[in-house]
Amino acid sequence: MLQTSSLHYSYPQGPSFAFPDLHVGLQEVLLVLGRSGSGKTTLLHLLAGLMSPVGGSVTVNGTVLSTLSGSGMDAFRGQHIGLVFQQPLFIRSVNVMENLQLARTLAGLPADAHRANQLLSELGLDEKATQMPQSLSIGERQRVSIARALMTSPGLLLADEPTSALDDANCLRVAHLLQEAASRHGAALVIVTHDRRLKDRFTNAVEL
Amino acid sequence: MNMLRLSWANLRADRLSTVLSIMLLAIGVGMVSFVMVAGAQMLDRFNRDIRGIDMVVGAKGSPLQLILSAVYQMDSPTGNIPLSEAQKLQKHPLVKYSIPLAYGDSYQGYRIVGSEVRYLEHYGAQFAAGEGWTDDFEAVLGSVVAENLGLRLGDHFHGSHGLVDDMQVHEEAAYHVVGILNPTGTVLDRLILTNIGSVWHIHGEHADAAEEAQAEHGHADEEHAHQAAEDDREITALLVKFKSPMGMMQLPRHINANTSMQAALPAIEINRLYELLGVGFTTLQIIGMLIMAIAAISVFISLLNSLKDRKYELALMRSLGASPAKLFGMVIMESLLLCAIGYAAGIALGRAALLLMSYLSEQQMQFQLSGGWFSAEELCLLPITLLIGLFAALIPAFQAYRTDISEILRNE
Repeated sequence: MLQTSSLHYSYPQGPSFAFPDLHVGLQEVLLVLGRSGSGKTTLLHLLAGLMSPVGGSVTVNGTVLSTLSGSGMDAFRGQHIGLVFQQPLFIRSVNVMENLQLARTLAGLPADAHRANQLLSELGLDEKATQMPQSLSIGERQRVSIARALMTSPGLLLADEPTSALDDANCLRVAHLLQEAASRHGAALVIVTHDRRLKDRFTNAVEL
Repeated sequence: MNMLRLSWANLRADRLSTVLSIMLLAIGVGMVSFVMVAGAQMLDRFNRDIRGIDMVVGAKGSPLQLILSAVYQMDSPTGNIPLSEAQKLQKHPLVKYSIPLAYGDSYQGYRIVGSEVRYLEHYGAQFAAGEGWTDDFEAVLGSVVAENLGLRLGDHFHGSHGLVDDMQVHEEAAYHVVGILNPTGTVLDRLILTNIGSVWHIHGEHADAAEEAQAEHGHADEEHAHQAAEDDREITALLVKFKSPMGMMQLPRHINANTSMQAALPAIEINRLYELLGVGFTTLQIIGMLIMAIAAISVFISLLNSLKDRKYELALMRSLGASPAKLFGMVIMESLLLCAIGYAAGIALGRAALLLMSYLSEQQMQFQLSGGWFSAEELCLLPITLLIGLFAALIPAFQAYRTDISEILRNE
């Protein structure tokens, strides 16, 4: 589902990073561990096509990202890659359900209320559909952002430090939810983190 | 969740600056549209009443006042002129026809004008009910008068002296409604019309009553008094239509130089009035446009601020698959939506101002504006307002277009 080869990136007046080749198959989970400054976020942005590598290639679901045009990349990302950020981000002017639906409409897919309700229910958020995202607790927000990442049935789920803001109990809980949701919906999961608490949780891990 | 609904939600979330922008837009659009509509209606109304009247003859005084009082029934008369002099003028070979007017009384704020049937014919009035007067104290009502006072054929009423209500009532004689006119869109709609004799009668009887009380004369003397009144009877003004442009050249100068009367040319006086009003209208219009410009700046600033706060949302939308062009479109859409609402509120505000002015001017000047018009100029204001919104949004939209997702998400 995800494959990289000799991926490297260098900032104009900054550090250069060379990343190990990654290979994540269907429904597999990969944990990418690294300290701050080790290029974790750079790697995640390269994998998501948010920026282009200086060298090497990223292949998602059989498509080499560097072959896509700007808006082609946006559309591909919208449909095939689900992103979960460290700080859950939302459109603050609309409610939880509408935030979920936006993930589909912005990716150019028709709205799907059934899928939204199903995901909310799976993540224990049945009551929250009509609430505004600001009114949710941190943990609830993180769960909504997982639901949103899965709205488009992506093949690849990328999580950037999904647990580092959470306490131990919630950390394991979110990790579990991520893995469970990804496997239930047939997505490969890559977690990029410095959170060593997750190291024991996942067997398939790479250190940067 | 389409983009229009998202734009709307964003505007609602930023309530304060949205309301400020809409208010500014509404006041600007409202002022401009008010000036447009009020100006067009006044012009139309002024031109309709003036049609076919080449000259107005009345007592000396302000020519504009003479025109306003005699043609539009909006101002007080300048005074009276002797009937004998007016009659001499009526027979002048350059005069095609003329309409004598005698006024000065009113009923419930509506002026009672004594004239000839020709006055009705001049404005092409048709009877909705009844017929013209054939005798003294028979009155024909303009459509607005009949409707607003609820008077019907056969009703009686007493006129009062002066043009303001609640003045001295002429108790002696009651008018009798014999006809009601269809709406003509002219000054007639707001008048109570009767023959000149009725007006003379009321005012003549005043004089007679005073004389009688003083001298206690008999019947023969009363007859004599009437005879005397016959000679110094007066009318208030004479509306004149010339046979040829020669009249325009000769008569006004002759009247102003050689008689105790004054001749005023409506076309000239109304042009002067337009010039006076025009300054006010232009000033209002410029202020309106300035406010619209400020509204544009307000839209611009509130979009910039709102986008600064929504920087992460824009990056999020990009990460969810929105292209830069889509974000550009969303910002433009927000601005256009704002301006469309501002336009609608502005037109409503302009209408409210028009109705208020109509209400006030109806009482003071017998002048009514209608709120029903939707002029082409007002429709033109919509694209202009939207264009303002487009320009105000260009820079913010371009900023949204250039959102660097990677950069923003890295700094989250």
